[in-house]
Formats: sequence, C-alpha cells, structure tokens
Amino acid sequence: MLEIKQLTYAYGDLQVLWGVDLTVNQGEIVTVVGANGAGKSTILRNISRLLKPTGGSIRFEGNDLARLQPHQVVEQRLVQVPEARRIFPELTVVENLRMGSYLPANRPDRARNMERAFTLFPRLAERRKQLGGTMSGGEQQMLAIARGLMANPKLLLLDEPSLGLSPLFVKNIFEIIKEINAQGTTILLVEQNVYQSLKISSRAYVLETGRVVMTGTGAELLGNDHVRKAFLGM
Amino acid sequence: MAIFLQSLLSGILVGGVYALIGIGLTIIFGVMRVINFAHGDLLMLGMYVTWGLFALFNIDPYLSLLITAPVLFLWGVLLQKVFINRVLNALPQNQILLTIGMGLVMSNAIMLAFTSDYRILTTSYTSSAFQVFGLSVSQPLLYSFLITVAITGALFWFLQNTDTGQAIRATAQDRDAAQLMGINVKRMSVLAFGLGTAMAGIAGALLAPTYYIFPQVGGPFTLKAFVVVVLGGMGSIVGATLGGILIGVTESLSAVYVASGLKELVVYVLFLLILLFRPAGLLGKSRT
Repeated sequence: MLEIKQLTYAYGDLQVLWGVDLTVNQGEIVTVVGANGAGKSTILRNISRLLKPTGGSIRFEGNDLARLQPHQVVEQRLVQVPEARRIFPELTVVENLRMGSYLPANRPDRARNMERAFTLFPRLAERRKQLGGTMSGGEQQMLAIARGLMANPKLLLLDEPSLGLSPLFVKNIFEIIKEINAQGTTILLVEQNVYQSLKISSRAYVLETGRVVMTGTGAELLGNDHVRKAFLGM
Repeated sequence: MAIFLQSLLSGILVGGVYALIGIGLTIIFGVMRVINFAHGDLLMLGMYVTWGLFALFNIDPYLSLLITAPVLFLWGVLLQKVFINRVLNALPQNQILLTIGMGLVMSNAIMLAFTSDYRILTTSYTSSAFQVFGLSVSQPLLYSFLITVAITGALFWFLQNTDTGQAIRATAQDRDAAQLMGINVKRMSVLAFGLGTAMAGIAGALLAPTYYIFPQVGGPFTLKAFVVVVLGGMGSIVGATLGGILIGVTESLSAVYVASGLKELVVYVLFLLILLFRPAGLLGKSRT
C-alpha cells in the first residue's frame, strides 16, 4: 500500500534520514519506534509532503507522491494526525471535525463520520461547542484522531499519539488505535512508547539516527535483546 | 449633553468605516502573517474607481459598490498571485518593503493618470442630514455606516458558517495542520488578500462622498488601519471592529473637547496607553 525506498532528507546541512526503506501493507498496523531525534516524525512529514525528500521515492497504492502538494496527498485518502495534536485552538470541536472533512469528496459522509467519532470518543460528544484550545491534552488527542478519521483515510499516519498523556489515557489511546484498525483503516504509527506500540503492531521498524537498524513483527521485537535494553530498560 | 451625544454618534458612524479598513488588514495578516502597507493605497484605488464611475456614468457611489468591490477583489487576487505569494516565506522586512513599494507604485500611477488635484464627489445628499431626537445625522455617514454593518455581518457569517470561511480561519490558526486537512492554503491566501483588498476598496467607496480624493490619500489610512488592528489585537476581527469604533469615537470627542487639531494626538496617546497595559491589544493573545 505504502512503499518507501531509500528515503533521504536533510534540514539544510543536517542530514536526518539516510536511506530509509519501509513498507506498509493493507490492513496492518506498522510502527516506527526510536528515540527522540531519530527521524521518526521527519518520515511522516515527508510522506505528507510537508517536507520535500532530498532523495528516494514514496509510493502510495502504486502512485508516486513526488509531484503532489500536501493538500493533494489528503485527496489520496492518506491522512496524517500530526505530532502535538495541532488541533485548531479557536475552532469548536464540531468545527475542527468539519475541517477534517473539508474535501468535497468527504462532505457527503460528514454526518455519518461525525456520529462515528462521537461513538468512538463519547467525551467529544459532551464538548461539541467547546473551543479546541481549552480542552485537556487527552481530549485534544481524541479530537486530533477523530478529525483525521473525518477524511475517510485508507492509511492513517499517527505521530506520537501517546505523547504527554496520563498513563491511563495512554492505554485507552492504544485500544482505540486497535479498534480503528479493526474497522478497516491501515495504520502507520510513530511512537516513543515502545512497549505499548509493539504490543498492538503487526510489524515494526526500529529507527536509530536516521537509519532502519532492525525490523520484524511486534512480538519479535518485543523479545529482542537490543530492543529490550535500548528502549525498555531491561 | 447634546454636544456629547452628537459627537459620540458621529464618532461611531466614522468608526464603522475605520473598522472596515482594519478588518481587511487583519484578515490578510491573520492568514498570511504579512502586514500590508499598501492597504491605504488600495482604499485610494477604491475611491478613484467610485469617483470615475460617478464622473463618467453618473453612477451613485453606494450603488457603484457592486462594481468597486469585485474589481478590487480581483485586483487583490492578482497582486497576491504575482507579488505577495513570492515573499510568503521571506524575511518580514522584505515583505514590508514589497507592500510599501506596491503602494508607492499605485499612488504614483494614479497621480500620473489623474494628476494630484483634489477631486470631490458631490451627490444630492452629500450635505443633507436627518434630524433624530434633536441630533443631526449626516446622510452619507449614516448610509456608509449601515453598509459597513451589513458587510461586516455578511463577512462574519461567511467566516463562521461556510466550509471555505472555516478553512480561512483554520489556515490562520495553523497553516501546516490546515494542509493536513486537505486545505489548499495557497488558495486561502489568495482569497484572503482578495477579501482584504475588497474591504479596503469598499471603505474607499464609502468615504468618497465625504472626503477629498487624491493620490496620496492612502498613507494616513494605512497608519490608521494599523493602529486599529494593533489596538484590537492582530488577527482578531472582533478586535478590529472594536478598535475602529474606539478610534472613531476618540477622534470625534477629542475634536470637540480638546481641539480639532489635536485629535490625532489624543488617538495616539490612547493607543500607547492601551498597549502599555495590554501589549497584545484589547482582544489579542500574547504569544506563547
């Protein structure tokens, strides 16, 4: 479904990605784990074309994304929920969700998708009229994911959805990700919470200083000595 | 008391037009983070279009809004696509130089075409007034104010309730996140500059029946628009509306109670005082 080959990226003189290969197949949850600064978010920002790769190729359903503007990537139903949530602080919950289905192709499904969002996140239903910026971190994360789902994604990119959330909430978010996947959306997840994310992953990649150093199923990596030592403190 | 009410009223009427000028500037700033120093010159163009339509075809200045507004909108779209778009990611000082330059070119082109003579647009009602409860209400000022209210209301409704309007607000709040929603932020910028230019043009048209029309008329209005917007809080439309009315009322009251030559002074002293206590403006949020 998504095929990344030899992706390189540099912020000016600072090379961040050194030839990353990564594939996501339909129906999977694929996770990229790695420390802060390993280049995880940079990969996602390159896929969404917010950054332009310095080398390599990214194909989605066989189409090269290289010529697309960021807003055209969303038209391919490849949708990103960005790091730090990035909800619109001065739009209400409902207005934020409406923006998720801004594209004309997604507007007919707006009412249905909004109902789905409120079923998945009942908390949001209680706060329809509240401004996004006045909600707690956890609620904002729910809103960000719900907003992403409004665009009918085939592939959903999630950038650190557990960042800054309370432990109870973290568990909740991973269960919801599993649920979204079970309903038919493929997921590419980027996480620092290695244990929780590997537990729900079909496959995973370990990224260190811009290179993929290891790949395998979630269970394999959870049992791997290097991963246990480097990320799980065992 | 009658004098107080009278000057309060004319202050509000004039302030409405100031608000309109400020709203145009604040929409442009909100979406693009570009301060448009050509704003007053766009207003001047609106005045000249209105004057031209009146002088050539005898079209009533308020009726000619139906032509002036779309013409200025398209002019704004053109300026955005050809010039502003290229400096969106440039240093702020370069953006300022560009908009100041555009303003100079526009005012000098008009001077070349129409000389720097003062033009006056006199309608049958230019100096008529309604008498209400012993107060006299200038007809052109009243019409201008009512049109301002209608246009501001329509703009508000558009920004609040339509997908495109919400997308403009979303782009102003977070450009990257807006792109991730599938919003074409370049198109939103074009739309915002077009709308802002149309607002300035409409304000020019509304001022035309009560103001001298000349190529350099824009400068003071750029400054005033800037004060209105900073006072209300950069990027806030409600703030610009409040700021405009406040400036209009201050000018009008100080012309009566201080001295008409000192009204600008009073406005800027008030401006400084407000910024001293609320650096982000009345409704602005300080940057985090």
